[in-house]
Amino acid sequence: MEENISSAKAGTISPRDAAWREQLRQEKNAKERTAIPRATMPQLDPAYRITTMLAEVNQGLSEEQAVLEASRCLDCPDPGCVTGCPVGINIPGFIKNIERGDFRQAAMTLKETSALPAVCGRVCPQEKQCESKCIYNRMKKPPVAIGWLERFAADSERMSGESASPAQLASNGRKIAVVGSGPAGLSFAGEMSRRGYEITVFEALHEIGGVLKYGIPEFRLPNSVVENEIDSLRAAGVKFEADVIVGKTYSFDDLMSMGFEEMFVASGAGLPRFMGIPGENLIGVLSSNEYLTRINLMGAGREGYATPVLHGRRVAVIGGGNTAMDSVRTALRMGAEEASIIYRRSEAEMPARVEEVHHAKEEGVKFLTLHNPVEYLADENGRVRAMRLQRMELGEPDASGRRSPVPVEGAIEEVPVDLVIVSVGVSPNPLVPSAIEGLEVTRRGTIAVDDDTLQSSIPVLYAGGDIVRGGATVILAMGDGRRAAAAMDDMLSGRKN
Amino acid sequence: MNKILDKQHFSEKVVKLVVEAPAIARSRKPGHFVIVIDNARGERIPLTIADADPVKGTITLVIQAVGDSTRAICAMNPGDFLHDVVGPLGRATDIANYGTVVCAGGGVGVAPLLPIIKAMKQAGNRVVSVLAARNASLIILEDQVREWSDEVIIMTDDGSAGEKGLVTQGVEKVIQREKVDHAVTIGPAIMMKFVSALTKKYGVPTICSLNTIMVDGTGMCGACRVSVGGKTRFVCVDGPEFDAHQVDFDEMMLRMRAYDKPRN
Repeated sequence: MEENISSAKAGTISPRDAAWREQLRQEKNAKERTAIPRATMPQLDPAYRITTMLAEVNQGLSEEQAVLEASRCLDCPDPGCVTGCPVGINIPGFIKNIERGDFRQAAMTLKETSALPAVCGRVCPQEKQCESKCIYNRMKKPPVAIGWLERFAADSERMSGESASPAQLASNGRKIAVVGSGPAGLSFAGEMSRRGYEITVFEALHEIGGVLKYGIPEFRLPNSVVENEIDSLRAAGVKFEADVIVGKTYSFDDLMSMGFEEMFVASGAGLPRFMGIPGENLIGVLSSNEYLTRINLMGAGREGYATPVLHGRRVAVIGGGNTAMDSVRTALRMGAEEASIIYRRSEAEMPARVEEVHHAKEEGVKFLTLHNPVEYLADENGRVRAMRLQRMELGEPDASGRRSPVPVEGAIEEVPVDLVIVSVGVSPNPLVPSAIEGLEVTRRGTIAVDDDTLQSSIPVLYAGGDIVRGGATVILAMGDGRRAAAAMDDMLSGRKN
Repeated sequence: MNKILDKQHFSEKVVKLVVEAPAIARSRKPGHFVIVIDNARGERIPLTIADADPVKGTITLVIQAVGDSTRAICAMNPGDFLHDVVGPLGRATDIANYGTVVCAGGGVGVAPLLPIIKAMKQAGNRVVSVLAARNASLIILEDQVREWSDEVIIMTDDGSAGEKGLVTQGVEKVIQREKVDHAVTIGPAIMMKFVSALTKKYGVPTICSLNTIMVDGTGMCGACRVSVGGKTRFVCVDGPEFDAHQVDFDEMMLRMRAYDKPRN
């Protein structure tokens, strides 16, 4: 009688051999479909949007746009896009639902595999994942806008006010603790709650959402979207406790004695990395985590909020990732006259999403690629007044496969700057690993887990997201939550029998 | 939300609050701190835990009104609620039987020093406490410190209590008089800097507790970073206590002025 949700494969909701999909394929031929140009995302005017912290840049596809874009999809028999998705979403399945106008079923299809489609549709690097595997690339045409369609489906579900949540099993009374309410924790909580477990998510900060709240700015991911996802988890019975640091407020043993059978640690990335160059501790040099947390989580710069923030006139952001783009675009919105990205490789190697780089350029961000800071210089008050930049050139490929930057001898210039935001990555947060005796960590300080099950050296403790990966993406973190849930459920069900 | 149960004024600007926080009261150890947010739009402020009662489920905080948020917290009364209290954070003090321990506290720094004095005494040390402030009215927790110290030396700038002079003079007197094995100092950065310079001269291992600017307090933002022995360390997760002789106090004092708002 027991339905086993964990074994449900993507594609069971909207299978390719469904009659309606067969019929859709007949309606238009490939020539007609490929003749349709890729949709353009309606977006706020750059000149306007840099004046507002909260307005989302991408406005979302209209219904007509979405249906037309969905009809570009050829519904391939062996879809490459799905192989490009870290969680294996049934991409043609949800897209074809959009084409036939069943947006609710499209959302349902997404939710079969992704706990947070409205988030992923906004923050996933689609151009490196699903869209990079789209058949259109081989025809030298722009791929189907899978990310925008994902966002469209998730947003129409949210706007409709009717949740398209997959079926939920009745409570089995078994308590599981989740540490951290970021993408990995939320995805795990959703998956386990569906399977009937009683989930409590403990969050160290005073707000639920982790990096989705403190890190990603509202102009890219509105808090209301995140809140909606959290609310639907709440409605499904997931409990959230803010201001709790597992390992400190409650020890691992405390949780066990509170009746939690198992726990999933998704405490996220932590300590910001600095480069170790002279002047890095001057006033006005700070991490992107600090800058973004002050503004996104604490409301710094907004009327009535107590947290202060430094306003730079000439702002330099060091790094080429999404966090660097978020920081530099935030700086513009906070009133910077000049905001630059300083990146030691060339634009081709930048890890940021292409769309973020594109948006940043539209907004007037300067890109100083092939430059690397070597020193920050202070004014008489100990505040940063300039940086010394080393020009770089690309040499041989390094371990990451990217061509490694090499200094051009003697090519150092001094550039005036009054706010420097260092965004060169993070190290795992030591707080949880160091507080749990016997927990095996890697040399990098991440929690060591089994590659398949995400189980740690302590059998009742699973872990995923950046505390295991050391600094990755929202979608990979979510995928971890999903895999850990499936593995833990398998294990617990087996034990029960 | 954490209810304030009791309030006591130590001086015009220094207030003691007893706050409901059962889980923290149970798990905290000497040296730990909490992050407090006074209202929904407030900032996250690190405050060292001065005392705790695990049975009653309360912690004691001593707050000096130096900025807008600390002023607001000092104006709160029993029955009011702090919006958030999270902790305990940081690493606990290394308590051991060192022999003779000098505990040097300045101003409001005596509050976080008290649980360390108590624990050092309970660990079997001879504890000599040196409390310093500008004047008699700013000496706090003297009776409680006496309860757990073998000797208490009071130093005031104006001589209105104890001896006239700086905390360093009191500490030096003890070091010159008897063998001191270990020192702990908590107070304003400038005071810890001079205590550290003094004990370094005499080769007395010294621990200081730093209260830098923090945002999250959980090892995420790096606002609290200090140079210790030439390396960047994070006060919130690596500290708040460090080998005082290795701390770059000048850099720390500079960084504490980053937002031009002095903090306790």
